[in-house]
Amino acid sequence: MYAAYVARRFGIMLLVIFLAVSINFALPRLMPGDPIQAQLSQLMASGSGGGDVSAMVQSYQERFGLDQPVWHQYIAYWQSIFSLDLGYSLINYPEKVNTAILNGLPWTLGLLGFATLVSFTLGTLLGGIIGWPRTPRFARNLGSGVMLLSSVPYFLIGMILLYVFAIVFKWFPAGGGLPFGLNAGLNLETVRGVIWHGTLPALSIILAETGAWAIGMRGMLVSVLGEDYITFAEAKGNQPRRILTRYGMRNALLPQLTKLALALGHIVSGAILVEVIFSYPGIGFRLYQAIQSKDYFVLQGILLLLSVSIAVAMFVLDLIYPLIDPRITSRGQ
Amino acid sequence: MRNLLSLAAAELTRNRMLLAGVALLALILVLAIVGPLLVDASQAKVGATIPRSPPDGTHWLGTDGQGRDVFTVLAFAMPQTLKIGLIAGLISLSVGVALGLIAGFSGGIVDTVIRLASDVMMTIPGIAILVLVASNVREMTVELMAVIVASLSWMVATRTIRAQTLSLRERGYVQIARLNGSSGLKLIFVEVMPNLLPFIAASFVIAVSSAMLATIGLEALGLGPQNDLTLGMTIYWAQFYGAIIRGMWWWWGPPILVIALIFIGLMLTSAGLDSFVNKRLGASS
Repeated sequence: MYAAYVARRFGIMLLVIFLAVSINFALPRLMPGDPIQAQLSQLMASGSGGGDVSAMVQSYQERFGLDQPVWHQYIAYWQSIFSLDLGYSLINYPEKVNTAILNGLPWTLGLLGFATLVSFTLGTLLGGIIGWPRTPRFARNLGSGVMLLSSVPYFLIGMILLYVFAIVFKWFPAGGGLPFGLNAGLNLETVRGVIWHGTLPALSIILAETGAWAIGMRGMLVSVLGEDYITFAEAKGNQPRRILTRYGMRNALLPQLTKLALALGHIVSGAILVEVIFSYPGIGFRLYQAIQSKDYFVLQGILLLLSVSIAVAMFVLDLIYPLIDPRITSRGQ
Repeated sequence: MRNLLSLAAAELTRNRMLLAGVALLALILVLAIVGPLLVDASQAKVGATIPRSPPDGTHWLGTDGQGRDVFTVLAFAMPQTLKIGLIAGLISLSVGVALGLIAGFSGGIVDTVIRLASDVMMTIPGIAILVLVASNVREMTVELMAVIVASLSWMVATRTIRAQTLSLRERGYVQIARLNGSSGLKLIFVEVMPNLLPFIAASFVIAVSSAMLATIGLEALGLGPQNDLTLGMTIYWAQFYGAIIRGMWWWWGPPILVIALIFIGLMLTSAGLDSFVNKRLGASS
């Protein structure tokens, strides 16, 4: 049973990756007036590509083999994917796309990882408190306010935070990942700089996400509290607090954990706009710059990374899930 | 139909969350329809006023970096943004309901294919395809934007409707209708559809909400319709010209407020519908 389930999930993952790569390949070709070609010839004409662009042009022609039939180009594209060669940046030549991604990744993973874990913890606790009928009314109303906040796109909250705390009060920097001119290293100054610059972006994600976690937890808790074993636990004379934590929240936590795994899978794509607002040097900001400057190879490389990382994360989640909840494998059939 | 209306009215009086959400959305909708009629369109053109001036008596919300009156821009941007949301929501809802009904009723290979397609589409990050399409389209328009966003948000509705159809088609009254010789289409439209209405309504609100979220995100990245005024594009231009750093809060603040109100209205409506559909949740909240 488990093997068949795993095989099915693995198949879906492969299918997703296949589709993502194919879409990445096909879309620019389906569009009128091949934007890559246009951009490249414009660069060559103006000579602004930064020195010798012949290596880039060569790699471009090798990669796409423009004189070759389409299926040949398609195979060549797959080959370059498998050899993890995503080509050069059109704008910051000779920077490779791989380097651009690797430079941005730690920032994004750090910011999003921290913000996701904090908002998960806060939101789950908050949801537990709101879903508990004995909680005082004013506390529940306060919690509802936080839940309302979660419906507002987080980058808009980021804009307000940026204005209030960086422009008006000047407590935090208005952008970037490190103080200007500071060389990153493993020392106290760097750590302090990273925290100082990361506070506002992290806060805007936490403010928006906490409510979403709280909503999920509240919903689960309410339905768990309706179960017979809760009544039984009450009849046994358990303390209400014990019923809430041991019987209620513990069982309601399971779907929350699934969602946490899912959120961690979306970590790379989660904060694109927050990074843009705060000029935070992660993947999202790089994507924004690539869109602005029509840097197609960087654009495609980052989008491919997003697709593959989510597909893999979903697969890992599918593997873990039956171990937590054995009913899944049989239900899936 | 009259029965349905009185049912809806009864639910609205009982369900405060739904009432608040619907009222807020209705207010926004009225403003969006009436707004463009009351303002002077020429004020929304580049260079119509003195740029970068804070709010005063003539320009209630000040002017932006290119000399447009922010209040006028908002009045024209609101209906456009709502239009994208509604068109995208309607398209993805129709696709979702159709596919969900087909999958739920026919079963077998058709069901497997539809399920697989929606599983796969849910895994592929929408933002990746959206960015790819939007950055390759030569000229983005409001309508095209809606279609692109809709093509990536039909899966939730498909899943909801399919699951409900599966459970409904085994109910006693559907079985009896089938034994009485009702044909497939009649079964779907007379017996099953009316019972799906709350789910369809809930799916619609979710579809509109996720479509608007995707739209505003794309626009803020600069991939929206360049020649139309929308709320997301207003925020993009404000960000592009450094309005936050320059302290021009009147440029980006009002669109943020309007967007926040739209999303809060959608969320309240969705939560209200949810507790109507799921009485167990509703009983305790």
